[in-house]
Parts: sequence; C-alpha cells; structure tokens
Amino acid sequence: MSVLVDDDTRVVVQGITGGEGRFHTEQMIDYGTNVVAGAVPGRGGQEVAGVPVYDTVDGAVRAEDADASVVFVPPAFAADALFEALDTDLDLVVAITEGIPTQDVARVKRRLDETDTYLVGPNCPGVITPGEAKLGILPGNIFADGDVGLVSRSGTLTYQVVDNLTNRGIGQTTAIGIGGDPIIGTPFVDALELFEADEETEAVVMCGEIGGEDEEQAAEYIADGMDTPVVGFIAGRTAPPGKRMGHAGAIVSGSGTGTAQSKIDALNDAGVPVGDTPEQVADYVADLL
Amino acid sequence: MKLHEYQAKEVFAEAGIPVPESQLAADVDEAVAAAEGIGYPVAIKAQVHVGGRGKAGGIKIATDADEARQYADEILGMDLKGIRVDRVLVEAGVDFENELYVGVTMDRGAGRPVAMVSEQGGVNIEEVAAEDPDAIAREHVDPAFGLHPYQARKAAFDAGVPREVATDVASVLTTLYRIWDDTDGADAEINPLMVTADDEVIAADAVLNVDDDALFRHPDLQAYEEEGDFAEDDLERKADEYGFDYVRLEGNVGIIGNGAGLVMTTLDLVDYFGGAPANFLDIGGGAKAERVTNALDMVFSDDNVDAVVFNIFGGITRGDEVARGINEALEAFDEIPKPVVVRLAGTNAAEGMEILNTDLVTVEGTLEAAVQRAVEYAGEADGAAEGEEVDA
Repeated sequence: MSVLVDDDTRVVVQGITGGEGRFHTEQMIDYGTNVVAGAVPGRGGQEVAGVPVYDTVDGAVRAEDADASVVFVPPAFAADALFEALDTDLDLVVAITEGIPTQDVARVKRRLDETDTYLVGPNCPGVITPGEAKLGILPGNIFADGDVGLVSRSGTLTYQVVDNLTNRGIGQTTAIGIGGDPIIGTPFVDALELFEADEETEAVVMCGEIGGEDEEQAAEYIADGMDTPVVGFIAGRTAPPGKRMGHAGAIVSGSGTGTAQSKIDALNDAGVPVGDTPEQVADYVADLL
Repeated sequence: MKLHEYQAKEVFAEAGIPVPESQLAADVDEAVAAAEGIGYPVAIKAQVHVGGRGKAGGIKIATDADEARQYADEILGMDLKGIRVDRVLVEAGVDFENELYVGVTMDRGAGRPVAMVSEQGGVNIEEVAAEDPDAIAREHVDPAFGLHPYQARKAAFDAGVPREVATDVASVLTTLYRIWDDTDGADAEINPLMVTADDEVIAADAVLNVDDDALFRHPDLQAYEEEGDFAEDDLERKADEYGFDYVRLEGNVGIIGNGAGLVMTTLDLVDYFGGAPANFLDIGGGAKAERVTNALDMVFSDDNVDAVVFNIFGGITRGDEVARGINEALEAFDEIPKPVVVRLAGTNAAEGMEILNTDLVTVEGTLEAAVQRAVEYAGEADGAAEGEEVDA
C-alpha cells in the first residue's frame, strides 16, 4: 500500500520537451514509473524517451488514459499549465516548477478547491512510492520500500532524512515533498490524513521548516486523534527574523510568527518527538517500530 | 523586492491615492531647498528599508530652514540599524485628527489575499495584531473576483471608521488592492492613513513590497530596484550577482550547501554542536564547477569566517561535478584562506569523494561529523586569533 502514487499510476509529463522535463522523464521511466504521455503545445506527434507527445493535456489524457501529471513548465507559464491540468479531472498533479508568482498560485489554489484533484507543490521534489513509481526529481536510489510515510517542505532535507532512515534499514511507504512556497496544494494536514488512512504506514516523519503555520495546524490535527505515530524535524532554528532562507515560504515574520520554536513546541504538545538532528529523527522512528 | 517610501508614493499617487507634496533629496542643500519650496512644517524622512524608522531617529519634523538644515544633516549619512541613509524624503507636514491603517497582503494560511483596515494607525500594526486582533477588520478576497467594493466598505465600517470618512477610506482600500494586484504585490500598506479636520484622507506613509518571482513581468518595477539600490550589504549584493540565496549572519562558520531546507539544517547543526553560523548560502540544484568556485569566493571574502563546511546532497546535483569545482577553486590559491570541510552524499557521491584533493580539504562521511569538524576548526582559529590579541 502507499498513498497518491503506485505502479498503476499513468503519468503525463507537462513540459516534457524541455531540458529538465526530458531528463527527469528518462529518470522516472528508469525507476519504473508508468509515463504514458507528454504534453507540450505545438509538439504533438513527437516522441520523447519513447513517450508520445500531445499538444494539450486533455488530448494526452483522452488518448492515454492518464490519471496524474508532473509539471516541469517554466514559472511564467506554469499557472496556465496547472489550470490546464486541473480542468482534466486528474487524480494528482505534481508541480516541480520553482519560482511561480505567489498570486498565480493563489488563483490556482482557488480553482483547486473546486476539484477533487490533489496538487503537490509547487516548488517541490515530487512524490515517490519506493519500488513502484516516482513523479518528480527525487533520486530513487536512496529510497527503500517499507512502513514509514514521509512528508517534507524541502527537497534535499528529505533526501538527508531518507538516507538516515534507509541506512538503518527503515524503508518508506511513500515520500511526499509538499514544496517550499508560501502557498502549496497539499499542506501537512492533508498529507497526514492520507498516511493516517493508509494501512501499511506504521509511522510518519514530518519535516517542517520556519514560516507560516502549517506545522502548527498539523500538530492540532495530530492532537485531535491521529492514530499513526509521527516524528518531527524542524529546520531553521537559527534563522533571523525578516530574512527569507532560500525558500519563498521560509521566513520568520517581523512579529515573530513562524519560528522554529513555536513549531517544535506545538508538535511536542501534540506528543510528537522532534529530532535535533536528522540522525535523531531516525533514532525516534526506530524506537517506534 | 521592497520599494522605498518615495517610490511607493509615486505608484500610489499615480493610482489616485492622495499623498502629501514631497521631494527626494540626496544632500543637505537639496533638502533645505525642497523644504523652502514646500513650506513648513515639513517631515524629513530617511529612505531606508528599516522598520521603526521614526523611533530610531530617522524621521524629524522641521518648522523652519535652520531646523530643516540641522535635521537633514543629522539624518543623511546616519547609520539606521546597520544601513547608511543616503537619501531623505522632504514632505509637507499634515495637520491630522486621526491616524488609520489600511493594508493588503497574502494570507498564506488561507491561500487568499486579505484586505485590512484599523482605527489604530500610526503604530506598529503587527503589535496591534498580536495584542488586540479584533482592532483590525479583515476581508478575505476571492482571487477570481478581486475585492468587491462592498467588502472595502464593510472593512471600514467594521473597523469603526466614522461614517463621514468611511467611503473615502473604502475607496483608498479598493485602489490599494488594485495596486497590489497589478504589481504582484506581497504587501501594500498605508500606515498612517491620516484623516484631517476636514475629513480628508491622505497617505502619510507608503509600503509596497512586490513578489520577486513576478518581477519578470514588471519592467517598470525593475527600474525602481535599480534606482533604489543605494544601500545594501556588499556581500548580499555579490550574492545577487552570482544568483545565490544568501543571508549573512554573525558567527564564524561559513556554510555552503544545496537546497534551502538542508542548508538551514546545516546552520542549525553548527549551532547544536556549539558553533555559530556565519551565513546561509544555497548554491541551488545542478551546481556546476563555476557556481562552486563563486560560492567559495563569497564565503572566503567574509572576514568573520574562520572555517567552512560544504555540504551537498546530490539529487540533480552530482557529487563528482561538485568535487571538481572544489578542487578547481582551491587549486587557484597558493594557500587555502580558511579550512574547508566537505561532505558529499547522493548522486555520484562516491566518485566525488575519490576526486576531492584531500591536501586541500577535509572530507567527512556524515553531515554531523562534517559540521563538528568545521566547528572545531573555527574554534581553533578563533582561539588563535584571541591569543594573538593577548600577545599584542
């Protein structure tokens, strides 16, 4: 079992003819992902990595029966690509693109609320169910099949924590990189709900960071009766207020909201142990299993 | 990107929001001439991106030419929370009865814009929000429709704005929302929006911060950035040129890594193991040799740095490429300026470790070990420096 993606997922890649799109399509196929189509306006009829390209997402979905999309479209055109994906009733849209204007994402999110689609991202590494499928840019070789769900706002931090887990022999059901932007399609709470409903997931690792109140809301959800145990990690304890730490969303406001400490406190109050180091996160998970 | 007050006021005035007469000045004579032209009293206001400018002494009211000269002289060149003041805005004083707050921002939790009005203007609105949240009337905006006029009126009435001025306040808020929307704003604020004895409203301050990710479609705002770029940290400017996400901190352990979350974690671990981070530097994904060289150059040119930890977890980024970049950058030096500890993991990490020249760098196998080693080096360097001072 897993969440969001498995080996039945049929994937269309938006922006498949660009450098990133092409490279990661090959990587996804190598991993075993069922990439069935690409969508790029004006490129219909071509092939990339043996995958047929269509001019529209709708055309790709109808011809190849796709149920998920991965978006590698550049920031200026990404919102349009996301609207196009959302208008085709896909189950899942994964937006890899970094740097989409926030007001564009707010409009996309508003449309998302009218659909039953899950949007993961933007500005995220993607979703992987080890041994079955990956949608995005995560390096498949560090993951292992197992019982732990992982949800994270950051890409490379996800890899670090997964590495610590895998090296201990702790595999993963699914890992979801939800993205580092101020507005994202799948906040922590939605990801935790998915793992809570998944029978195979025995524990969840949640990697948060400074900025916003997503982690605090997740803590509330956990305290309200989530059964699956959660282990936390929060990046940005040493971040000064008012400075954006790389991610557009990673900023402690001038009034002091969004600090690492407030997130750690909220999680601890909900009974969630929070590791000081990635290695400690693996320790806590090992204790739970 | 933050616009300066004078720039934001230009944008606001053009959109139809009343602002006081004003003029920008770069030296004392210019400031006095501006004050004479406008007539007294005038406010002389430092044009820097610093919160609490007034309290810090960056805003003074002059009632005659002598005062204008004295205050302009004091404020120009002053250090305001670490930033040098290079320009002042000389602005007509407003005789006001009341000070309001109006603002538009993105509520990231709700994923929607929010338009706000408060009767408690003229003070730090974040403090008002923390202490008396009900004092701020908020209307969430459906981005598909924009701010409805009724919402702007409702915000004004809910905030307790008197009926005589509520319509004008609502109209300012509607315009402010339009500006925020048109410019891809992050925050647009007027604090205070002054109300005169004749029930006129006028924007005495102006804040407009715009989304950096949207600047590509606003060439007019890009011009503001160039024009206003007169007082920034040199290293942060260099980082802009190199295209790095960089934040300068106060410690002595320089940090280079890939990916915001992992770099933040590396900073936190430096602190956890008893050191103090000197900076946040994210070289991004797929870092080629040139970017590695530039990153080392940045961190080496920070005098505070005593040791460097270079932590890469390769996904798109390949360990062998990073290793080549590190060798190339360090081989250019006769003597390595500061000890460098490298940890590579992920894609082609093993190849990278093979390539690294261990005469030039210390290699560690885990994140924790690399950070501990760098903290140790920085401690030694710091101790040695203190020893020298004692000897002298």
